[in-house]
Amino acid sequence: MNLSVDFAGVTMKNPVTTASGTFGSGVEYGEYVDLNRLGAVTTKGVANVPWPGNPTPRVCETYGGMLNAIGLQNPGIDVFIKRDIPYLKQYDTHIIVNVCGHTTEEYLEVVERLADQDIDLLEINISCPNVKEGGIAFGQNPKLVEQITAEIKKKAKQPVIMKLSPNVTDITETAKAAEAGGADALSLINTLTGMKIDINRRQFALANRTGGMSGPAVKPVAVRMVYQTAQAVKIPVLGMGGIRNAEDALEFIMAGASMVAVGTSNFNNPAATIEVIDGIERFMKENHVKDIHELIGCVHA
Amino acid sequence: MRDANRLETTMAEKKKCMAVVTDPKKLTEGIYSMWLQFPEDYNVAAMAVPGQFISMYCGDGSRLLPRPISICGINADERKLRVVYRIAGKGTEEFSKLTAGDKIPVMGPLGNGFTRKSGKAVLIGGGIGIPPMLALAQSLKEEGAEVSVVLGYRDNDLFLKEEFEPYADVYVSTEDGSVGTKGNVIDAIRGEKLQADTIYACGPLPMLRGVKAYAAETGTAAQISMEERMACGIGACLGCVCQSTDVDGHSYVHNKRVCKDGPVFDAEKIEI
Repeated sequence: MNLSVDFAGVTMKNPVTTASGTFGSGVEYGEYVDLNRLGAVTTKGVANVPWPGNPTPRVCETYGGMLNAIGLQNPGIDVFIKRDIPYLKQYDTHIIVNVCGHTTEEYLEVVERLADQDIDLLEINISCPNVKEGGIAFGQNPKLVEQITAEIKKKAKQPVIMKLSPNVTDITETAKAAEAGGADALSLINTLTGMKIDINRRQFALANRTGGMSGPAVKPVAVRMVYQTAQAVKIPVLGMGGIRNAEDALEFIMAGASMVAVGTSNFNNPAATIEVIDGIERFMKENHVKDIHELIGCVHA
Repeated sequence: MRDANRLETTMAEKKKCMAVVTDPKKLTEGIYSMWLQFPEDYNVAAMAVPGQFISMYCGDGSRLLPRPISICGINADERKLRVVYRIAGKGTEEFSKLTAGDKIPVMGPLGNGFTRKSGKAVLIGGGIGIPPMLALAQSLKEEGAEVSVVLGYRDNDLFLKEEFEPYADVYVSTEDGSVGTKGNVIDAIRGEKLQADTIYACGPLPMLRGVKAYAAETGTAAQISMEERMACGIGACLGCVCQSTDVDGHSYVHNKRVCKDGPVFDAEKIEI
């Protein structure tokens, strides 16, 4: 039985990774999860310098999900290279580094600093809804998506995944723009912009007022967008959005995702990634599927 | 080769587990108590110290995030932890309906507890910050410290107060003046002229601000337990940060993670 996939030229032992921002750089979850089992670890967004993030409260629960407005707090690329990459290199897994920035130059600085690092893929976060500059400001405009993708591709030494925002009218426009800019792969969905009001305090639940919605409640939207994207582009798709278990992951795979990421569900169940991997294996065994590729995009047939 | 360099010490060893509810009861309006018994092969109680917390998970799938609840009592031999919590929403309301023998998913112990010092200890608990001070009072007493406790309540509904009495001299402040000192916990400390080598405190933010100011004024070491909205509970998501005077060891800014670097901090190291 084969679970391994070739994703933008990188051979993963299985199609399961973590969603950026939910898993840090693996250090904390490494106490709960055998990281060797994962196809890859996708790290939290890293910028050229440390970012302090947003004021608290930064998180709140919503029905079947949550909102977050962390604001991409991160230690910056120097600490990341010195501390976080060596930590992950202890494990037999691949490393996908999520990159954030306010400006094209800041993204490029991080990408260049990573050029000589032993990491496997770059995931470019042009879709964070919680920072005022950069993030989603790039990700909602197809022209800017194509431009920044092309700029990053010029400097990048690893394959580039562009992480797309669901906060658009037509996901295929930004997907095609990233492909036209030279992206090696796409990942989606980032969070959906949302809001919650605390009626007892008559205040916004989050200090940032708006936050990114994630969790099981967003899954149908995510599956639909992954399907549309996989139909629209030739490059591989990393699907995510509300995956709790293997059944959820298989929906994304059948919709056309070559890889899947588990995000918010890590907070509910630190072993969620492992249970997804085991569950996919069980499904394949029970349904006499010899190769995961028989399932990728099979809903088309 | 990556495999050759792999460190065994970094292998996964912690986990979420199922605990069995024993002796659940209502202490007063909106405040509930229960003991949680852990499996023989994963005795969370034996790993816990006062000031730490556990993540408790809801049975209703619409509520994903763990509820961080402070540890009120520790009985390692019986593999039990006690939690006393206030109904603050649908999740804690769900917990309050559990009956003896029910199972609940729990992860912990989490965070760093109080650093227990010898000498004169003054413990300060306000409102739902009172429960973690009970486990601390018991430990300090067993270790030979001289323990005084100041409990701040709204009115004469003095939940848990009697349970402190075997371990400490107990002083009370009430907002309405119905019992003890009228006012807040600092008013009580001043009124009773309590002396401390170390102050330990848990309670609402305005109270912790008062404790920090009082400790600075009197040159007393103070450890305070912070609270913030959490998601992961283990330091990965960066949801529950508080402002620190020093650069933090995670992001190299001034944001300590309440769940991982705390919840107990030296008062002088936190901006509140």
